[in-house]
Amino acid sequence: MSGPEVMFPEEQKQIAIVCQRLHRDSNAKAVLLIGRDGQPIAEAGEVGEIDVTSLSSLTAGNVAATGGISKILREKDFTSQFHEGEKTHVHITLVAGRAILVVLFDERSSLGLVRLRVRRATEEMARLFEQVARKAASQTGPSILNEITDADIDKLFND
Amino acid sequence: MSFINYSSREINCKLVYYGPGLGGKTTNLQFIYARTSPEAKGKMISLATETERTLFFDFLPLSLGEIRGFKTRFHLYTVPGQVFYDASRKLILKGVDGVVFVADSQNERMEANIESLENLRQNLIEQGYNLDKLPYIVQYNKRDLPNAAPLDEMRQLLNPSRAPEFEACATTGVGVFETLKAIAKAVLTELKRGGGG
Repeated sequence: MSGPEVMFPEEQKQIAIVCQRLHRDSNAKAVLLIGRDGQPIAEAGEVGEIDVTSLSSLTAGNVAATGGISKILREKDFTSQFHEGEKTHVHITLVAGRAILVVLFDERSSLGLVRLRVRRATEEMARLFEQVARKAASQTGPSILNEITDADIDKLFND
Repeated sequence: MSFINYSSREINCKLVYYGPGLGGKTTNLQFIYARTSPEAKGKMISLATETERTLFFDFLPLSLGEIRGFKTRFHLYTVPGQVFYDASRKLILKGVDGVVFVADSQNERMEANIESLENLRQNLIEQGYNLDKLPYIVQYNKRDLPNAAPLDEMRQLLNPSRAPEFEACATTGVGVFETLKAIAKAVLTELKRGGGG
């Protein structure tokens, strides 16, 4: 089993900036970045009304299921998906095999524009994820995992 | 796979409830959902058939408090227990941090229990995991039923490696939180032991 995935404040900040730019440049309603296992990482735009935790988990399940379909068809991962709604459309893209980028958009935008802007954003995000991976591999500073004691864990479960 | 966000100061972990169909996996999550305070839980999602059998998964996000200023968030998933949903079960095991095996104590379900446990072991291997090295709890559910098999017999068949185990009745909640606490604790302990690599 490999170690945990991590995210550091500096890269989180940069990823948030990429999400905000994508949101603006694509005229989207909202942009979400999600870990492949369904944890929300970053968001931009009109997310106030959205249950981000549920959306993240379902999107990750959706991507996993689509990945399963691609395996059966002996295809490589389907790197993007598009769901057309009456008012809101959803564009889903894999980012460097590590995360899932979700763009929610309506009639103020178009699939073509979203695709175009997503391409640039995923390249930037992929670079940032590489940076995180390098940093995590060479992490010399204190890790939260090294600081946790058995007593801390026990305390969490005391009634 | 656990996800540690140093920016939002969160530790996220994935727990999967596995076991034969109609064994009580969804009931475990429903009881946890019903008895958890609103601020500690998110919405419970059930992707189920019209007859309320799990089709893909149930999902329940829970916050269990803070450790050293980091929020601990656990994402609880169930798998569909029916044999023919194996492809879905494999997907849900991806990135798992800890597994609860919910066994059905009824005598006539023993073969289904054994088959499901074998299936769990095999599917974990395919994902690069070893059940003997993963945080793992066995729950003997439906202990209240008159046709429940003797515990010793179940233990021999389903838990030869003596993983931590609990007797339960998920409909009334007996053993449900004990199981959850044990798996969550085992996951955090394993995470700490791994030390982040």
